[in-house]
Amino acid sequence: MPEIKELVKQLADKHGRNRESLLPILQGIISEERYISDFAMTEVARELDMSAALVYGTATFYSFLDTEPRGKYVIRLCRTITCDMKGKKQILRTIEDLLKIEIGETTKDKKFTLLETNCLGWCHKGPAMLINDDAYTELTPEKVSEIIGDYMKNR
Amino acid sequence: MPDKRLKRVDLIFSEDCIYKDVLTKALNKSKEDIIKEILDSGLRGRGGAGFPTGMKWKFTSEQTESEKYVVCNADEGEPGTFKDREILTRVPHKVFGGMAVCGKAIGAKHGYVYLRGEYRFLKADIEKALDQFHKTLKEIGSDFQIHLLMGAGAYICGEESALFESMEGHRGEPRNKPPYPTIAGFRKKPTVINNVETLVYAFMICNIGSKKFHDLGTADSRGSKVFSVSGDTPIPGIYELELGMSLETFVEEFGDGDTKAVQVGGASGFCVPRKKFKDTIIGFEGVPTGGSMMLFNSSRSMYNVLKNYVEFFEEESCGQCTPCRVGCQQLKKGIEAVKKGEKSAAYLDSLQKLADTMKITAKCGLGQSVANSFSSIVDNFKEEMIY
Repeated sequence: MPEIKELVKQLADKHGRNRESLLPILQGIISEERYISDFAMTEVARELDMSAALVYGTATFYSFLDTEPRGKYVIRLCRTITCDMKGKKQILRTIEDLLKIEIGETTKDKKFTLLETNCLGWCHKGPAMLINDDAYTELTPEKVSEIIGDYMKNR
Repeated sequence: MPDKRLKRVDLIFSEDCIYKDVLTKALNKSKEDIIKEILDSGLRGRGGAGFPTGMKWKFTSEQTESEKYVVCNADEGEPGTFKDREILTRVPHKVFGGMAVCGKAIGAKHGYVYLRGEYRFLKADIEKALDQFHKTLKEIGSDFQIHLLMGAGAYICGEESALFESMEGHRGEPRNKPPYPTIAGFRKKPTVINNVETLVYAFMICNIGSKKFHDLGTADSRGSKVFSVSGDTPIPGIYELELGMSLETFVEEFGDGDTKAVQVGGASGFCVPRKKFKDTIIGFEGVPTGGSMMLFNSSRSMYNVLKNYVEFFEEESCGQCTPCRVGCQQLKKGIEAVKKGEKSAAYLDSLQKLADTMKITAKCGLGQSVANSFSSIVDNFKEEMIY
C-alpha cells in the first residue's frame, strides 16, 4: 500500500488540502488505480484532515468514482433509449460473449470491467460506449469486436 | 398561433468574424451597455429552464460583494442532448468569450467551466484552447481567468446548486432555493451560471447587436437555438434553427415519414403525440427544450421509452428528498406492475397523482420534472402502458 500513500500525497501536493481539492484528488486516484479502495479513502481523509465518512460519502455519490475494484479498462455502455433503439442490446451481447462477463463484472485477468451508464451524449451516433475516457460510437457487433479485440491483444 | 417555417441559422458555429476583434469590442463596452444589450436581445437560458440571461447578469452585477464568479455549466447530461459537446469541440473560444464578457458585466475576475466526466476526452483540447484564450485576453488587457473542473458522472450536477456543491468538493446534492445563485452561488458568493450555448449567444449578441437576435423567433422565444436531433430520423445531428416553428414543421424536416411521437426536452421534457404536432410550438410558449429532440416511429413501444426514462431518474435521483427518491422507485415499480397485469389500469391514475405530488414537493428540478415525461407519455399512450 505504500504506493497509494505516495499517490495520495502527490495528488494533495498538486491539488491542495482543502475540501475543494477532494474531487480532483479522488479523480486522480481513479486515473491511476481505476478504483478508490477503503485504504485510499482513509489515506485521503488523513491527508486532508477530514473524516473518512466525508470522503466515503463524496466518493460513493459519483458513478465515475468507483469504490469497487475495476479492471484496467472500464467499458461503459450507454443505456439511454436512443442507443437502445440503434441496437445496444446486440452490442451488449457481443461484449458479454467476448469477455465472458456480465454487466457489473470484471474479467478474471482484471483487464476489463463492463458497466452500463446513462446518456453519454452521442445520441446521433448510437450505440455508444466509453472505454476509460475514450468514446466509441456507431457501434456494430463487428466494430465492437474489433475494438475490444484490439484492447485484448495490444494493450 | 405563429408557425415559423423551418429556418436554419448560423450564429453559434460560424467563424466569419475575427475573434479577437469581437472580444475586444465586447470587452470595451461598459458593464451597463453589455447588460442592456443582453436584456434587449431577449436571450433566455439555453439549458432548458429559460431564465432571461440579461436579468441573471443584472441581478449579479447589483450585488456589492467583491468576490463574484461566472460558471459555465457544461454538465450536459439530459438524455438526447449533445450540442454542448459539439460547441465545446468546435468553438470553445466563443464559450470563453461569453464568460469573459459576463465577468466584465458582473464584476467577476474568475470563471469556471464544469465539464461532465463523460467528456473527459475533451479535457486536453479545452485546456489548450484556454491557454490560447488567456494569451488573447492578456493582449487585450484583461486579467479574467477561466479554470476547468471535471464532473464525475452525476446527472444531478447539471442542476445549478448541485453543481456548486460538487465544485466545492461535496456530494452533488441540490440546495434549497432561495437564495438563488445571483446572491449565493459558488462559495456562497454571487454567481452567474449559464449553459454553454447561452454563453456563446451572449458573446455573439455583443457582436451582431441585440436587434438582429431579437428579430429572430417569437415574443416568448427570441433568437435561435441548437437542437440535438436523434432517434428515428434519417438525419440525426446538430442543427441551429430559428425558434418558433411547430413540431409539425420540425417533423416534416427530420422525421422518417412515420413519426409517432417526439420527446421534446429529454427525459425531463414532454412527449408530444402525432395528433398534437400541428398545434405545438417548440419554444417557451409551447414545449421548451434544452435541445433534446428524440423522434419515435410507430415501431417503438412508448412503454419501453417511459420505462427507460423512469429507470434513468431512479438511478440519477440524488436521494436527498423523499418525494424524488421514493417517488421514482414507486413509479418504476408501478408501471411494471400494470404492464404485467398485477395492478389494474386504474393504478396508472394513482401513479399520475404521485408524479404530480413530486412536481410540487421535490426539492429540485430533477424530481419536479419527472411528471413531465411520465404524465405526457401515460396520457397519450395509455393502451401501450397496459397491453
